Amino acid sequence: MRTLFFLLEKEFRQIMRNKGIVRLLIIAPVIQLILLPLAADYSVKNISIAVVDNDHSTASQRLIGKITSSGYFKLTGYTGSYTAALSMVEQEKADLALQIPAHFEKDLVRENSQKLYVAINAIEGTKANLGGAYLSSIITDFNDQLRVDWHTTGTATTSDAPQITVAASNWYNPYMDFHLYIVPAILVTLVTTLAAMQTAFNIVQEKESGTIEQINVTPLKKHIFIIGKLVPFLVLGIILFTLGLLVGWLFYGIVPVGSFWVLYISLVDYLFAMLGLGLLLATYSTTQMQAMSLSFFFINIFNMMSGAFTAVDSMPGWARAIVQTFPPSHFIRIMRMVVLKGSGLSDILYDLGAMALIGLVLNGWAILNYRKTA
Amino acid sequence: MRQLITFIRKEFLHVFRDRKTLLMLFGLPIAQIVLFGFALSNEIKNSRIAITDYSKDAVTEQLISKIASSNYFDIQRTVQSATQLEAAFKKGDIRMAIIFPADFANDLVHTGKATIQVIADASDPNLATTITNYITRLVGDFNTQTALTAGRPLQILPEMQFLYNPELRGAPNFVPGVMALVLMLVCTMMTSVAIVKEKELGTMEILLVSPFKPIYIIISKLTPNLLISVVNLFIILMLSAVFLDLHVKGSILLLTFDSILFILTSLSIGLLLSINAKTQQAAMMGSMMGMMLPTMLLTGFLFPIENMPLPLQVLSNLVPSRWYFIIVKKVMLKGLGITAVWKETLILTGMCLFLFTISLRRFKIRL
Amino acid sequence: MPSSATPPVITTDKLTKRFGHFVAASELTFQVAKGEIFGFLGANGAGKTTAMRMLCGLLKPSSGKATIAGFDVYTQTEKIKRRIGYMSQKFSLYDNLTVSENIRFYGGIYGMNTAAIRTKTAELLEELQLEKEAKTLVSDLPLGWKQKLAFSVSIVHNPDIVFLDEPTGGVDPVTRRQFWDLIYHAADRGVTIFVTTHYMDEAEYCNRVSIMVDGVIAALDSPTRLKQQFGLDNMEDVFYELARNAKRKAD
Repeated sequence: MRTLFFLLEKEFRQIMRNKGIVRLLIIAPVIQLILLPLAADYSVKNISIAVVDNDHSTASQRLIGKITSSGYFKLTGYTGSYTAALSMVEQEKADLALQIPAHFEKDLVRENSQKLYVAINAIEGTKANLGGAYLSSIITDFNDQLRVDWHTTGTATTSDAPQITVAASNWYNPYMDFHLYIVPAILVTLVTTLAAMQTAFNIVQEKESGTIEQINVTPLKKHIFIIGKLVPFLVLGIILFTLGLLVGWLFYGIVPVGSFWVLYISLVDYLFAMLGLGLLLATYSTTQMQAMSLSFFFINIFNMMSGAFTAVDSMPGWARAIVQTFPPSHFIRIMRMVVLKGSGLSDILYDLGAMALIGLVLNGWAILNYRKTA
Repeated sequence: MRQLITFIRKEFLHVFRDRKTLLMLFGLPIAQIVLFGFALSNEIKNSRIAITDYSKDAVTEQLISKIASSNYFDIQRTVQSATQLEAAFKKGDIRMAIIFPADFANDLVHTGKATIQVIADASDPNLATTITNYITRLVGDFNTQTALTAGRPLQILPEMQFLYNPELRGAPNFVPGVMALVLMLVCTMMTSVAIVKEKELGTMEILLVSPFKPIYIIISKLTPNLLISVVNLFIILMLSAVFLDLHVKGSILLLTFDSILFILTSLSIGLLLSINAKTQQAAMMGSMMGMMLPTMLLTGFLFPIENMPLPLQVLSNLVPSRWYFIIVKKVMLKGLGITAVWKETLILTGMCLFLFTISLRRFKIRL
Repeated sequence: MPSSATPPVITTDKLTKRFGHFVAASELTFQVAKGEIFGFLGANGAGKTTAMRMLCGLLKPSSGKATIAGFDVYTQTEKIKRRIGYMSQKFSLYDNLTVSENIRFYGGIYGMNTAAIRTKTAELLEELQLEKEAKTLVSDLPLGWKQKLAFSVSIVHNPDIVFLDEPTGGVDPVTRRQFWDLIYHAADRGVTIFVTTHYMDEAEYCNRVSIMVDGVIAALDSPTRLKQQFGLDNMEDVFYELARNAKRKAD
């Protein structure tokens, strides 16, 4: 235990001495956490629409008015030719094109039914999905209004069909604030990068400079050495996380609904797993370049697949199974549940257990692989 | 010239000797394309929901079976009380709860109107919006169907057509995004670290006192990374054609040209980083901590740029991958030609020249 | 100086290390007495470092026997580590720690208490005349000073034996001389010195010298007797005589 003290003293001295690294480790993530949520806004509100109005009737004008005043759409083109509108979609000047056919109003009255044509740029699937959904609900609304209005003016027949409406309410985030969703996830990705990569680097640096040889001939126990390497990054991770929560509160007004204890218990569990990964990568690397390549590989895949920016739920089963082995996917879930919904320990037992299990496997593997005696 | 070739050969040896670095160089793009291509999707399916039916009449039964048969939803269970509902939300078991009030049938029969209560877990706002929309549409369809049988008038039926990506797959969006992301980060990191490593080892000094011109040192450092990146590019294109059925619709030549331009730009950024970094660790941290997330977010493939606050939109203009992403989408997915991407190409050219000149100049000063 | 009365602190018996088919060190058999300065010579690739790593407990031998300070190299490596010091080819102090922080760290790792570390630090700094540099980062010291400091740190815990792997590489002759003064000083206190070197003048400073060729010990005796045996005037020629027949290429 005494040797551990000396080891930790040395590690902290080395980390603190390198001002540039400390700055990168703490300040860069904090700045990113302040700025990036602004960039990660997926609340769909600026869907650009090109309207092809071949009808020029009161009805078509009313529909266009309804669409532009909805707040979701931005009218970026108003032409008479469908090809022109399509080419606007092609040029990315419009996300979707709506065609109101000629004689729309007249035929609607005459034939009692009319079609509208909507072409959506579906490369960005989410936007397409949401855009299409919004537009169709606006059209349905419009349809209902039309029915009521024309009914009162006596142009159409009455209908006795029943009307079922949906009253939707949004829990946990009633104003649909996207920041509430994304800030916890960005915080997790930042902690991930710090924990896994720095641990790997730090150990590999000792390998590269040869000091690890010196340590290996001392009576220092393997596990003490490893603990000495992990603890500083555990502490740094906790500091960064705490700063991150502060940033979330100061800049985005996010106050965790759940208990801080639950958050920090999960954080330590998570860091245990990620530090284990860093350790494991270090045992497989002999140069810093390798450590970087390996950690970049994993961190990049974690960032993209752990549900921070993409939905795990819509992945196929096999992919969901793979994602289960990624510690960040569990921690991101926990963060969102605890911060937004106030979930308690009993709600997150599965994720906590999964992270602990992954942590045990990674650390165990790393210790087996890290040998003092070749 | 001879010197240069010798030197370039040495650089290649450095790169190819190190299998683990190769894993990142080639393994990462492959793994990402395959994983992301298959796994990431924007279509929200199988959302777990709970249904509570206090009315239990013919209409609610019909509606429930309609919901159950759609593949958007996965009915988990029937929740009886509000506390149970809250618990299910907190555990993350369900995304949405649908409640048919007790007087649902009664209202429908007597007033012709009834309301379904829908509670969405908005901790994921997009998911909440999307599945609420699904339900609204489903109920709307149901209304229309009953209306049609009852002879409902004045039907406006929107006909939706999804262009370029009719099945709403994730791949068409992610492949260009991953291309931009991987090429940019790999180029930047490889270059900066390779140069700083020579600085750290002191071998750079040896090169600098040799009659070898600084520009040659730079060229020989960049060549292997350039070639590797081009190979990577073709691997990505091949994989997406074979596995994801995403073919280059436009001109491959144009795509390659713009890609090389983009790669050169990224290499120049790496060069600039290496001039400012003293240790490998600093270079790596600079490119990882400093660049990974901003590149991911400001390229525009995860989040729409037009939603960002103005300063960030302006900032995103400085990210080369943003322009490259647009080029790839236009050329690869839409099959457009140079007339559609000349502006982006020009911007990339400008960036590339600017960065390369600056780093060249700074590099000389340091000698 | 060494006497046959004291029991040997290093004993090896047919100690062998194989890497696949390659025999890096073959049937090494020798003994080193307490307080002896034992030179371990050989061309690059002759197997010196392999032998040394086995003795330090860094590498498991393939066959043969060896005891260090009475402990077995197979089963008691942890006990061996408490009794030895080691200074490797590569510079082994932390660049971004100060002189006294390095001493404190290694002292702490060997289980010394804070008070003992404090007195030891003062003692070492005085011996090395580094008192003024106590708070200097090691990276700012000249190479010669670094090496002397590294040696002092490797014996900070008063080990029975210290293994030095080419300790004076790249150091100027004056500093090398001072370095050897430190070695003699340590040997006088009863520390056994096991040193590899490429400098033949340094070989002359040793009590006994072994010369390895192609993984085998080709000669082992005091420098004087080795010179007599081969009928040559200096160790340089003795070494050349033996090493030129080597079949293995230097690495």
